[in-house]
Amino acid sequence: MKDTNPAKPVLLTLRDIHIEGRSEETWSPIIKGVDLTLHKGEVLGLIGESGAGKSTLGLAAMGFTRDGCRISGGTIDFDGIDLRAATEAQRRGLRGKRIAYVAQSAAASFNPAHKLIDQYSEAPVQHGVMSRAEAERDAVELYRRMRLPNPEEIGFRYPHQVSGGQLQRAMTAMAMACRPDLIIFDEPTTALDVTTQIEVLAAIRDIVAQFDTAAIYITHDLAVVAQMADRIKVLLRGDEVEEADTRTMLAAPKEDYTKTLWAVRSYARPVQPPVAKGTTPVVSVRNVTAGYGAADILKDISFDIHKRRTVAVVGESGSGKSTAARVITGLLPPRRGAILFDGAPLPADYRQRSRDQLRQAQMIYQMADTALNPKLRLRELIGRPAQMYLGLNGKALTDRIRDLLHLIELEPDKFIDRLPSELSGGQKQRIGIARALAAEPKFIICDEVTSALDQLVAEGILKLLDRLQSEFDLAYMFITHDLATVRSIADEVVVMQNGKVVEKGPKLEMFEPPHDPYTELLLSSVPEMDPDWLTKLLRERAAKAGKG
Amino acid sequence: MTILINLFWIAVAIAVALGAGWLFRAATIALTRGATARMLRTAPLTAGFGMLVILIYVVVALFAPLIAPYAEREVVGAQFLPWDATHLLGTDNLGRDMLTRLIYGARNTVGIAFATTALAFTMGSILGLLAATVGGWLDQILSRIVDILMAIPSLIFSLLLLTIFGTSVTTLILVIATIDSTRVFRLARSVALNIVVMDYIEAARLRGEGLWRLITREILPNALAPLVAEFGLRFCFVFLAISALSFLGVGIQPPTADWGSMVRENAALITFGDVTPLLPAGAIALLTVAVNFVVDWMLHRASGLKE
Repeated sequence: MKDTNPAKPVLLTLRDIHIEGRSEETWSPIIKGVDLTLHKGEVLGLIGESGAGKSTLGLAAMGFTRDGCRISGGTIDFDGIDLRAATEAQRRGLRGKRIAYVAQSAAASFNPAHKLIDQYSEAPVQHGVMSRAEAERDAVELYRRMRLPNPEEIGFRYPHQVSGGQLQRAMTAMAMACRPDLIIFDEPTTALDVTTQIEVLAAIRDIVAQFDTAAIYITHDLAVVAQMADRIKVLLRGDEVEEADTRTMLAAPKEDYTKTLWAVRSYARPVQPPVAKGTTPVVSVRNVTAGYGAADILKDISFDIHKRRTVAVVGESGSGKSTAARVITGLLPPRRGAILFDGAPLPADYRQRSRDQLRQAQMIYQMADTALNPKLRLRELIGRPAQMYLGLNGKALTDRIRDLLHLIELEPDKFIDRLPSELSGGQKQRIGIARALAAEPKFIICDEVTSALDQLVAEGILKLLDRLQSEFDLAYMFITHDLATVRSIADEVVVMQNGKVVEKGPKLEMFEPPHDPYTELLLSSVPEMDPDWLTKLLRERAAKAGKG
Repeated sequence: MTILINLFWIAVAIAVALGAGWLFRAATIALTRGATARMLRTAPLTAGFGMLVILIYVVVALFAPLIAPYAEREVVGAQFLPWDATHLLGTDNLGRDMLTRLIYGARNTVGIAFATTALAFTMGSILGLLAATVGGWLDQILSRIVDILMAIPSLIFSLLLLTIFGTSVTTLILVIATIDSTRVFRLARSVALNIVVMDYIEAARLRGEGLWRLITREILPNALAPLVAEFGLRFCFVFLAISALSFLGVGIQPPTADWGSMVRENAALITFGDVTPLLPAGAIALLTVAVNFVVDWMLHRASGLKE
């Protein structure tokens, strides 16, 4: 099933495709002459960093471009039809019927005002493939194949009444409605937790194989693409780097860029000696219970964070990781329990904390886009905490800002008067770090700081954080759902589920058995580069379930 | 045939207006540099024309005594004289020079409208941003007061207030500014509500920033684009409201020249098919259109920047 079969007929051919995007007054190239061939029933993985042009190329395979983009050269041939020469009506006839698209965020792509099954029926009824009643029967059948719970009934729910993973599967089922020849998956599992991702990946893989559908699978996650694709194409800034059979590519990448992609998770922080007994932790969370309204989100959680140590707090969304951070910062006063800082209790509400207490604990946010005021220049963004807490002004302040920019490896002369919109994603996150450092804190909360970044960029951020920690004796609380990040940066791990701490301890112990059952599930769900990983894992889980 | 000729003249007028807009834009681009010039290059011709018209009004309003051929209240001839060389636009119902009255009217009407809008904006945005930032009971009290004020039709409410407090220019400005600040309050509050949930506001609060700094440095710069656009629209509404009140006789009082009351005073001429009484109305319409051209462009820019 996984081997490329050259005997199969060619379904889609893109030749020397050029795509341009409009910015201000000029057209700049996004895709610079890429070729792509896809056989019937074959899955092609498109990988690359953000901005590499993966989604643009994927959409071009449908003869479609986003607003402000245009295909400026090349040919697109889909099963003998020239998509560039075809009229809009002809293309519309193909879309949904013979070519379908699954978007990254199913939650944003479903119309919230209609039931799932109504949206399922739209395409087949529109294209005259099935009647409404047939479409509904067919929907139940596909929902069953996608292993959705209650397939007879789930279609009659509204999008907000089902979970994210279920919604993504419902969307894949919807794309399958007309049994298309080609489906384009645009990062379908990026927004999901690892444990949910497994189910969606398995369901997608099975259904594509069952109907012998060809697919283009776009992702930036190498381990995921290894499970899904027969062939992999690597893109970099709109150019093809290389393309090969999945196993060949994983075993022996030819190009240097591909090799760096493969090696990206090699970074690991040296193991730190255990903290001496009796040392006062910098931050100590003691029996905290907290929540919004009547519900408790956190239930009696306790953990300590020591100087020069990184504690990773892991768990899926909704497990209470971020709520724990809000309690520590004082945004959400706890119902019971206390936060100790250097052994002394902190006021529960941040408004009651002294300026010095506020200075000591800083926070770095997940989305640098919303964490930096878009109208302020870097000089003010970074300089403000230094000015406020340390009373720096004039030349001393400018010098301090320049030092901070040096620390985060940005050229001060070039960057000091820029606005956040003039920075890349990774640079913005570095400014977030500089802003936290400007306060000269003892403790920094990093809330999913790398999850919005590409792997190479994320690696740079992790290295920087690590270096700063030893330079300034910082204590980190690292909130993440990505276990690869935990492996590379954490000293200790706290695993959370449903607002409780299910397991905590040094990193090495956490990655060795025996585990708490939930930790086990979490650890085993992280995709690995081995192309047989998903098959093996599903077989193991099935065997275990059979025994139990 | 006459319809065709009329259409021809309308087309000529539009072409001349756009040509003037183009010339004005080219001139300002040549005179400025850097970011301002780059910004002006994005201006459509309509916006160029709008800016030109606004500039002319401002110059006329500022230098009225130098430009006007006669004094504001001077009776210079017989009543309702037709257009001729000495009185370019004729005279009004008391024999005052129409052109002079029009020029002084720009000063009074536009000046008062600007002062009123500025005051309405200062009050409305400060309170609106404050309500959104502090929230809780302060937001409740301010919002309910605004709801009550907005429940009363604004023209009737201003007529009522002006009757109670008397019709001086100061009370006129205060009354209209108060009523209009409620609309600004609602806009500022709703814009700010979307901003205060951002992470950078949370970061600023956790940093221990005071309320004033939070509003002026963190929230206001991000709320400015929609507020500026609203300023233009609001200016037109205030302008029309003042003219309407003057027309009804409770606005700017004679003998001060004002476009609204000028229409009423000379309304008798309309019966004879003379366009003179409609000139002040035309002046109002032209400024309103010009301001809206500029506002449209700014709105477009503001929404484009958000992408």
